[in-house]
Amino acid sequence: MQSVLFLQHVLNGLLAGTYYLLIALGLSLIFSLGGIVNLAHGAFYAIGAYLTVVLSPTIGFGGSIVVSPALVGLLGVIIERTLFRRFYKADPSLSLILTFGLAMVAEQVLRMIFGAPPLSFSIPSELRGQLFVGGFIYPYYRVLVLLVAAACVGGLWFLLQRTAFGRVVRAGVQSPDMVGALGISLEPYMMAVAFLGVGLAGLAGVMLAPIFSIHPAMGNEIITAAFVVVVIGGLGSFWGVVVAAMIVGLVKGLVVAFGYPQFSEAAMYLLMLLVLLVRPRGLFGERIQRFE
Amino acid sequence: MQRNNLLSRRRLLQGAGATAIGAFPAISYGQAEVIKIGHLTPRTGFLGTLGEFAVQAADLAVEEINAGGGVMGRRIDLIKEDSVNPQTASTKAERMVERDKVACIVGEISSASGLTISQVADRTKTLFVNTGCNSDELRGKGCKKFMAHVESANSMYVKTVGRALLANNLVKGKKWFSLTADYAFGHDLLRVAKRFMESNGGQFASDKLVPTDATDFSALLLEIRSAKPDLVVSNLAGLQITNFLKQYSEFGLDFPVAGFGFDTAVAWGAGKGNFFGTWPLVWHHLIDTPGSKAFVAAFSKKYNRPPENQAWGDYMALKILAQSMNEAKSTEAAKLVEYWEKGAKFDLLKTRPGYFRAWDHQLMHEMYAVEALKASELKNQWDIYRPSPAIPAANEELEAIAPTKEENACTFA
Repeated sequence: MQSVLFLQHVLNGLLAGTYYLLIALGLSLIFSLGGIVNLAHGAFYAIGAYLTVVLSPTIGFGGSIVVSPALVGLLGVIIERTLFRRFYKADPSLSLILTFGLAMVAEQVLRMIFGAPPLSFSIPSELRGQLFVGGFIYPYYRVLVLLVAAACVGGLWFLLQRTAFGRVVRAGVQSPDMVGALGISLEPYMMAVAFLGVGLAGLAGVMLAPIFSIHPAMGNEIITAAFVVVVIGGLGSFWGVVVAAMIVGLVKGLVVAFGYPQFSEAAMYLLMLLVLLVRPRGLFGERIQRFE
Repeated sequence: MQRNNLLSRRRLLQGAGATAIGAFPAISYGQAEVIKIGHLTPRTGFLGTLGEFAVQAADLAVEEINAGGGVMGRRIDLIKEDSVNPQTASTKAERMVERDKVACIVGEISSASGLTISQVADRTKTLFVNTGCNSDELRGKGCKKFMAHVESANSMYVKTVGRALLANNLVKGKKWFSLTADYAFGHDLLRVAKRFMESNGGQFASDKLVPTDATDFSALLLEIRSAKPDLVVSNLAGLQITNFLKQYSEFGLDFPVAGFGFDTAVAWGAGKGNFFGTWPLVWHHLIDTPGSKAFVAAFSKKYNRPPENQAWGDYMALKILAQSMNEAKSTEAAKLVEYWEKGAKFDLLKTRPGYFRAWDHQLMHEMYAVEALKASELKNQWDIYRPSPAIPAANEELEAIAPTKEENACTFA
C-alpha cells in the first residue's frame, strides 16, 4: 500500500471518529451523572436530522445548526423532568428498559410522520467542494464537521473543568450524596446536563444529515458505536471518550485500508473486547463508587 | 363497543337488516369464503424503506381486486407482517400457513429471508410469490416447485445494465471497482456480475464487501480514488446505496458509476445533486403505457407520492394471483403452478405481456436501464432519471436477458 494513501486513511479515520464523538459525549455525560443508560440517544440524533430537513428550507442550514439541537435539547429536558428523574435512584437496568422503549416509540413516530424511505437532503451548495492538500482530499463539509466537533469538545471541556457549574457536575458524578449534604440540589444540573447531552445528539444529527441517509432507524446505526466509544473510553472520563472516538474511527478506517472492509463494523467490538480484557473500566475510566 | 351497548336491541336489528339488504356490497361476502393471503416483507431495517412501498401497493391491489368483485366472488383478506430477518421470516411464514391458513404467501425483499420462507413453502406445499429477492440462487440451486418470482433475478439486472455498459464501451479492457453488500444478495450479485465482466473482457481493479449496517463510506472512497477505476460498480442494497451516493458526491469523485441492483426510493432519498450513473429497474413510474399511468395515478392519489419499483412488484404479484385464481378456478398451489407452467400471459403494465418460465418459475418481462439526470435537468423531486426503452427490444425474446439453464440450473425436486 502506498504510504500516502495509508496516511490519508489514518487522518480520515480520526476525522470519522468525530461523528461518534458528538454522540458519545452526551451519552457519557448523562450516564455519568444520572446513571441512565440512554438507549434513546440515537433517537435524539435521528430527530435532530429530521428537524434539519424540516427547518432548513425556512431558516437555512446555518440556522438549523443552532435551532435544531436547541429544540432536541428541550425535548431532552422534558423527558428528563417527566421520565429520567424517576430512575436516578433505581437499578440501571430499569432505565435501560425505559430508554429502549423510548427509542422504539421515537423511531415509529418518525416512521408514521415521515414514512420509511430516506428523506432527501444534500450538502448546502456553499459547503460543497473539496480541499486538496498535496495528494490528500478533504471534502469541505467534513472539515466543517471536524471544526464543529472540536468546538463542542473545547466548549464542554471549559464548561466542566473551568466553571462553577462544571465543578458541581463533576462532584455529582463522584458523590451525589455528598453534594446533597452540602446543600446543593442536583436537579437543575440534571436538567442542564440533559439539555447539553441530548442537544449534542441533535447536533450530530444536523451535521450528519447531509452525508448520511436520513431514515427512522438511523439512530440504531450510530448508537452502538457510540456505546462502544463510551465503554472503551471509560465511564466518567471526558478525554477518555474523545480518545476512544478517535481510536474507533481509526480502527474502522484501517481495517478498510488493509483490505477487509467487510470487518469494519466488527472491528470496533473486537477492540472493545481487548480493551476490557486489559482495563475493565475502559482506557481512562475512573473509579465511581456507585457503579462498582 | 360502548356505543353498541347503548343501542337498543331493536335499533341494532334494524341496522343489521339494512346492511344485509345490500347497502354495502363490498362487505357482503361471507367471512367463511374469504381468501387469505399472507404478505411478508421487511418493514424495518435497511430494507424497510422498500417494504413500505410494498405494503402500500399490496393494499392498493387488494382494494382494487375486492372492489372489482374479488376472486371467484370471494373477498381477499391480506394478513401483513414485518419479516425482520431470516429466522423471524421463517417463523412468521409458518404461522401464516399453520394458524391463519393462508392460500399463499406474497412478498419479501431480502434474499436471505426469501430462502427461509421458500423452505417453509416447500415443506407445507404452500405457494410463495417472491416480489423482491434478486438472488439467482433462489431460482437455481434453491428453486422450488411452489415458488415463483415476480422480481427479476440478479442475472437479469446485470444483463440489462450490462447492455448499456457495453454500448458505452465500459467493459472490454476496462477496470471495475465494485462495492458489494455483504450478505446473500450481494454475494450472489457479485458472482453474476463477475461472470458478465470476465466474459466480456473486463477485470476488477478491486472488489470490496461492505457490511449492511455501514454508514460511512469515506475509507472506501479513498480506495476508489487511489485505484482510478474506469467504472465504479455498486452491488449494494437498500440504504447502503443512499449513503454511497451522498458521500460519492461529497468527495466529488467523477469515475462513471453503474449499479447492478437498485431501487428508486433510495435515490429519491439521496438528495438533489447526489444521483448519477446507470441503474437497472424492473419497472419505473415514467413508463408510458396506459396500465402504468393508471397505476401511478391510483397510487399517487392514495399515498401522495408516486410508486417505485418495489410497489410494482407487490401490486403485480397480487394482480397475477387474482387473475390466476379466477382462471384456474382454484386457490390450490398445485393448480396455480400448473396454470403458470402452461404459459399463462399477464398484463404487467408494460409494452408486452409477461409469463412465468416453466422450468424455474421466473417471470419473463421487460426491464429498464435508466440514466440519472443532472441536477440542472431536474423538473421535480420524483423524475430523477431519463426513461429508457424496454430491454430486451421488441424484436427479441423476453428470455434474452434471463439466466440460461447452463448459468442457473433448476430442478424441482
